[in-house]
Amino acid sequence: MALSGLDIYKLLPKTNCRECGLATCLAFAMQLAKKAVAIEKCPFISAESKMILETQALPPIKPVVLGNENLKFEIGNETVMFRHEEKFRNPTGIGFIIDDSLSDSQIKERLDKINELKFERVGQLLEVNLVSLKQNKDAKRYLEAVKLVLNSTVLPVILMSDDLDALKQAAEIAKERKPLLYCATKDNFTQIGAIAKEFQLPLVVKAEDFDSLTKLTKELSSIGVSNLILDTGIKSATEKIWDLTQSRRQALRKLNRALGYPCLTIVDKEDPYEEAMEAAAYIAKYSAVVLIKGIQAWEILSILTLRQNIYTDPQKPLQIESKLYPIGSVNQSSPVLITTNFSLSYFTVLGEVEASKVPSYILSVDTQGMSVLTAWAAEKFNAECITKSLDEHGVKNTINHKNLIIPGYVAVISGDLAEQSGFEIIVGPKEAAGIPAFLKNLN
Amino acid sequence: METQLVLDKWPGVISTVVIGAKKEESGSRSNIVTIGGQSSLPLLFKEGAIPNKPRVAFEVWDIVPQDWHNELLSAYGEEINDPLGWAQKCVNEFKAEILYVRMQGAHPDFGDRSPEDSAKFISTLLDKVKVPLIITGSGDNTKDNLVMPLVSEAAKNERCIIGSAVQDNYKTIVASVLADGHSIIAESPIDINIAKQLNILISDMGLPLERIVMDPTIGALGYGLEYAYSIMERARLAALSGDKTLASPFICFVGQEAWRAKEAKGSIEQGIMWETITASSFIQSGADLLVMRHPKAIEKVSNFIETLFRG
Repeated sequence: MALSGLDIYKLLPKTNCRECGLATCLAFAMQLAKKAVAIEKCPFISAESKMILETQALPPIKPVVLGNENLKFEIGNETVMFRHEEKFRNPTGIGFIIDDSLSDSQIKERLDKINELKFERVGQLLEVNLVSLKQNKDAKRYLEAVKLVLNSTVLPVILMSDDLDALKQAAEIAKERKPLLYCATKDNFTQIGAIAKEFQLPLVVKAEDFDSLTKLTKELSSIGVSNLILDTGIKSATEKIWDLTQSRRQALRKLNRALGYPCLTIVDKEDPYEEAMEAAAYIAKYSAVVLIKGIQAWEILSILTLRQNIYTDPQKPLQIESKLYPIGSVNQSSPVLITTNFSLSYFTVLGEVEASKVPSYILSVDTQGMSVLTAWAAEKFNAECITKSLDEHGVKNTINHKNLIIPGYVAVISGDLAEQSGFEIIVGPKEAAGIPAFLKNLN
Repeated sequence: METQLVLDKWPGVISTVVIGAKKEESGSRSNIVTIGGQSSLPLLFKEGAIPNKPRVAFEVWDIVPQDWHNELLSAYGEEINDPLGWAQKCVNEFKAEILYVRMQGAHPDFGDRSPEDSAKFISTLLDKVKVPLIITGSGDNTKDNLVMPLVSEAAKNERCIIGSAVQDNYKTIVASVLADGHSIIAESPIDINIAKQLNILISDMGLPLERIVMDPTIGALGYGLEYAYSIMERARLAALSGDKTLASPFICFVGQEAWRAKEAKGSIEQGIMWETITASSFIQSGADLLVMRHPKAIEKVSNFIETLFRG
């Protein structure tokens, strides 16, 4: 709900003084609405109007940075309800809750495993983001555990405690790492707000309903604590989805500043499948941070892959450079496989070629990121395009044979391609999974 | 101070599709399953009626599956070697409430079973199991056009869902479905315009929109899931805004896609998780029917659906 040029005009001095370089205040207002000029160009605007306009220009969901200079990531700053409308911008931070009642060696062991949770998929590195230390024992134990966590992982941390004295000391110890504090409630917001302010830390605000959350975020921002994250507490998954949807709508559709913050959710499930499904639901439905307990690679890979899917820009499919890629120790007689430059196609073929242990070339034809069948249907993966790509990347001069392997799904182009390129065409398997057996049986 | 909630009320409603017919309707099913009928986006119960839950169908074939992951085969034990026994095990042991039968054996590369024998298989299956059926051909258009009319006739009045109609091959199957009292799967290649066009073509042949379910052609987790996810969201928004030609329930063939993923061929937990997350994520974009393979993944997803619908 951006202000129109006319709305803005009402806030201007209406003197047409031309100091801003434009002929009239109305013209200036129109430019402001388009974000084409800066409000500072008007020397006579009232402080009140200026504040309204500046606030109006802020992103509807406040961007909040977690972590410090060494390792940080941004959450919030989202602009749409559905990814097809533009894209989801800042991928959900995935974090792990660790309890201080575990022994030092148990904590260390978990952190070692968490640090290892990195996966490469379609050319992107998928990583986890946060470690959250929860206080269950006394302050002395909590502080010991905080030190252990800080020394055992470089990931940004969350300090979770109801004991404000312990939390303050923990914040002092961890301040260089810019920990996220959990959490402000109606009972403690003054004191915890003071800690967040003193150390310049982001803060989670927790209340069950939007009225209470609104009250808390207003109180906190009035004392200068504005890097806030919302949590509506432990509820059923269905209720959480409602809360997350509603808070995104409040921010985007009503420009409700008091609820214009990223949201955090905690999944409290023992079963890894139940935990992953719930986490996946919150990733799809607007949660900026999701905290879980499970640390097994087979669970986390699934969650991170879903995040990668949901946060892919729908206007820009992941693509790689169109090129002739040598895989393994190739020579002039190595086979040449043709695929598209859609990342998923290329990396799927790459994985299977590597698995076959047959040194090969892969030519990724520029299909503007379209997959094999889509590109074929759109005439971006036909005999002409492939021939052009073969020439561009000097395939003829690289190899001493005349054979090209094309995906089984485009067998129909064989004739045209043979004619136009001068190569002999071998129709490969339809599915990449068939490549290893295919390459081994070649010749 | 009260927060004014942003509530969306939609003029449109998704078609209600009933699967299966009991004795009083000249069928022989012991239960029927109803999907669709919602006038809200997925799980937003406060904004409109969501009378029916998403349902999970077990996938079985009319032959012993040849390219299935070993762990997947072993989940069904000995019975996997006898398609009828496999189907019965799904119903009796795993409590399947719907079965999806793929007539893979009719495929020229998978045995080339005759249309008559395929129809006989369905007749026998209808005797052995009493849950509603979803039946599709093998994906070979030419052969499917010979097989599916007989299969459809063999299941006459059982109100199955029969598939798949595609843009350049829908007339034969629509005619059969119309004659034999079934509903149809309209399959489109991750394309909302083709989905809409196909629904119109099918209804122009006289099959009511209430007898169509749409297959948006999903990709597995990590393999293009997001494309179908967004197509489904767009179609659902259009349908709820009043476009009747997109107001069909969605069927998602989760199992066949998830188990093709390289990741699913790692550990068995990874495979089950891959299928589970692929399925559960499509619930968020509006899936009404999920066709799945691993009994454990099906159990996990079914329980998740129950949890979500408890509110």
